[in-house]
Amino acid sequence: MPVLELRGITKTFPGVKANQDIDLTLEKGEIHALLGENGAGKTTLMNILYGLYKPDKGEILINDQKVDIEGPNDAIARGIGMVHQHFMLVPVMTVTENVMLGNETTKSGVLLDREKVTQRIREISDRYGLEVDPNAYIKDLPVGIQQRVEIIKVLYRQADILILDEPTAVLTPQEVDGLFKIIHSLIDSGKSLIFITHKLKEVLHIANRITVLRLGQVVGSAIPGEVDEQKLAEMMVGREVNLVVEKKVAQPKEAVLKVKDLHVNDERGNPAVNGLNLDVHAGEVVGVAGVQGNGQTELVYALTGLLPLKSGTIHLNGKDIHKATPRQIIEQGVAHVPEDRQKHGLVLSFPLLDNMVLCTYYKPPFAKGVNMQDRVIAENGSMLVKQFDVRTPSIFVAASTLSGGNQQKVIVAREFSRPIKLLIASQPTRGLDVGSIEYIHSRIIEKRDEGTAVLVVSSELDEIIALSDRIAVMYRGKIVDILPAGATKEHLGLLMAGVKPEDIPDSAKKKSAGPVEKVF
Amino acid sequence: MTDKTVKPTPSEKKDDKFDLRQIFEGSYNTLLPLLAIFTGLVIGAIVIAGTDATVIAAWKNFFQAPGAAFAATWTSIATAYGALFGGSLGNPRDIVAGFQTYFSTGDNAALLKAIYPITESLTTATPYIFAGLAVAVGFRCGLFNIGAEGQFFMGALGSVFVGYSLQGLPAFIHLPLALLGGIAAGALWGAIPGYLKAKFGAHEVVNTIMMNWIGFRLSDWLLNGPMKSPGFRPVTRNIAESAQLPHFFPDPLRVNWGFILALLVAWLIYWLLFKTTIGFEIRTVGANPDAAKYAGVNIVRNFVLAMVISGGLAGLSGASQVLGVDHWVGQGFSAGYGFDAIAIALLGKSHPFGVVLAALLFGVLRGGATRMQSLAGIPVDIISIIQGLVIVFVAAPDIIRWLYRIRPAEHKQALQSRG
Ligand SMILES: Nc1ncnc2c1ncn2[C@@H]1O[C@H](COP(=O)(O)OP(=O)(O)OP(=O)(O)O)[C@@H](O)[C@H]1O
Ligand SMILES: [Mg+2]
Repeated sequence: MPVLELRGITKTFPGVKANQDIDLTLEKGEIHALLGENGAGKTTLMNILYGLYKPDKGEILINDQKVDIEGPNDAIARGIGMVHQHFMLVPVMTVTENVMLGNETTKSGVLLDREKVTQRIREISDRYGLEVDPNAYIKDLPVGIQQRVEIIKVLYRQADILILDEPTAVLTPQEVDGLFKIIHSLIDSGKSLIFITHKLKEVLHIANRITVLRLGQVVGSAIPGEVDEQKLAEMMVGREVNLVVEKKVAQPKEAVLKVKDLHVNDERGNPAVNGLNLDVHAGEVVGVAGVQGNGQTELVYALTGLLPLKSGTIHLNGKDIHKATPRQIIEQGVAHVPEDRQKHGLVLSFPLLDNMVLCTYYKPPFAKGVNMQDRVIAENGSMLVKQFDVRTPSIFVAASTLSGGNQQKVIVAREFSRPIKLLIASQPTRGLDVGSIEYIHSRIIEKRDEGTAVLVVSSELDEIIALSDRIAVMYRGKIVDILPAGATKEHLGLLMAGVKPEDIPDSAKKKSAGPVEKVF
Repeated sequence: MTDKTVKPTPSEKKDDKFDLRQIFEGSYNTLLPLLAIFTGLVIGAIVIAGTDATVIAAWKNFFQAPGAAFAATWTSIATAYGALFGGSLGNPRDIVAGFQTYFSTGDNAALLKAIYPITESLTTATPYIFAGLAVAVGFRCGLFNIGAEGQFFMGALGSVFVGYSLQGLPAFIHLPLALLGGIAAGALWGAIPGYLKAKFGAHEVVNTIMMNWIGFRLSDWLLNGPMKSPGFRPVTRNIAESAQLPHFFPDPLRVNWGFILALLVAWLIYWLLFKTTIGFEIRTVGANPDAAKYAGVNIVRNFVLAMVISGGLAGLSGASQVLGVDHWVGQGFSAGYGFDAIAIALLGKSHPFGVVLAALLFGVLRGGATRMQSLAGIPVDIISIIQGLVIVFVAAPDIIRWLYRIRPAEHKQALQSRG
């Protein structure tokens, strides 16, 4: 008997059929992966299950009982818990306080009973191997642990069915391994799980069953072992997908970006970049590899003027920019795909067309004097939406209504659409489906071949390896070594873990048998 | 990727039963304020009836005469709201009759008498429009300008000073100068907290409140000293006629060019906010300061700019009241315009046109309140209660959604659950 069954779920938004007649069953103790392109309707379906949206049609059965889910509280009461991709934690509160929020346990009706909750969190944490300190403040925790807090919130409310929406998109490989361990211990204790991701490897690794959505409809299902990545990619996109980036050998020219002895503090004033040196030349892609939190974010912020330098110099086209404002840097021909798309990359409440000119709104042809040229801006929006295949009913809808991956495409479209000399791309394909990754990677290589200098920062080693002509490994705020394009994963992995370049065994430097260029 | 965006499909036959939500979801944004006003009036009616001795007495005899209890309740509410709206909009029959007499005999006395209530409402709405716009511009930049009251005061003083101290200028020079005096004084009062925020990160709420008090005390001193007219009372001299905003009709009708100016300024602010790069920057800073910084927008400059515009508008509000209606300033001159403005901006969803509508509503409520008091014996404070309720409902729309069983707008929720 399935613990959960969705029958004929249909949901239409103005201009979009987000879900169309979707059937889905979840067996007890199952890990059910939901795959699909950006905008296929995965999040919408889960939001319906969680009571955030009301389906236009269709029914939901829990343990063979037809239910009408009125809202998140109702969903929780029925044992459904959801971990959203963008966490909903209050940074200045402790883990315990965050878990209590909205579900306050009290002593004699008024006083918050922190001890009791802390106790329960400890129990849950021990039982599933979550290793979370209930008294830590959220703002001090790395992303991976914050996610565990979200999982604790769900477990604390006694969920039996867990929905994880793209849980691995923001995690380091180590954190992903940790998450998978937790998932297994959840399954062992009888929970069932729906898991959304774009990473096909993960799907094949952890899922018991896979359902693929396309354009709001179920287009097939599969069992790992019977399919491979290539096959899954095709099911999702509806055509053959090239999983390997094809590119010619780079023709590097003059140095566009020169960074010397850079020191940067993070937003809380702790040293994050400590004496970093790096050059990026026109016509090459330099990839920055490293475990997240080794100063990559601050490096990019310093290069784009979002954080001040403590010392050192940055030269762009021979000009010193260490005191330049973001605007001056942009006008020097720098494009920036930011790591956090909802924080920096978009104004979510603005319509797409305005987001498409976020950095150029004041320039002709988008403005004449102070007058914004609505028609030109709209044309620009339509063109980019078409070119980058952003799935949206119109350019006039707010960016917030787009699916996560399509939001990312809006940013990429905007940043690629003006003449640039240096492209800085942080996690450029985070949350994108395979088809879109393929497209964006080929556009990055195209930029390179046009003579743009490209700096790619990514926590996906596969992405770094696929794109880079040179790979700079960052560890504790420094570039510890720069490797040529053919470097092996083992070699990079050891450097990223802090092993000194001179201590790397030769065996790790040689290419092993299997293909490593695969991006997924 | 083969298919492009999913084409809009003509909505299929709705198999759902009649559902309020479906009607309202589309026009969600305008619906909530309307329901808020409606609900405010309903609760106001309950309060009116519930505090009316006749009604209470009738309900005590409910079991003997149930009909009388309902009748008394109805009479009480109808008298009160009849007086309120009669007092603020006038009696349509009188207005029609007034027009007839005017066209047949050329005598406009009856007509002027009939339209007096509605012109008074417009007169009251005028400073509300300016002040509401002031707060709205702040909101759009993510700033909470609680200082509109102080800026209003300074604007009034600035314009009255230009108005009485300069003599013998032609109106087409004197009047704009007096208006500018009001704008400049208000803008200065707004610029200071804006600058403090930009330079030192001092919170504008604290600083605008502080500036209010400085403004009040400063005006006390000015009105008792340098700006005091000869005589006993702490008031200024009257402004020169050349600085007055011309009235449309003979006394006692006070509606004046200030109202037209207010509509023009509302349009100007709309243009500024939504059609220019200046407004784009202000709105970007307000909607997402991190993205604004990323895009190279100078946040600090926009904070100051928005506060200057906001203060200038609040100053203009004070100026319009002085130059159009009062012609002098006395101690305790403002009737809380700057504070009501916060409510108006909220009710108007910080959109210039919404602000105009909200200000008109406030003008009507305020305009009718006095008449309601004199005719139906209902204290003016009931209007404050209604206004207060409307604001609570607008600020906490969940109450309205719950009352009318409206589902939250789905796009609002999506913000929290994107993936
Ligand atoms: N609140 C909303 N209002 C309007 N349209 C919406 C809303 N939420 C989703 N959509 C549309 O519904 C479609 C499905 O979106 P959904 O977020 O479910 O996609 P997804 O499969 O989760 O994609 P991704 O992998 O990019 O996260 C998209 O075309 C999106 O634009
Ligand atoms: Mg999604």
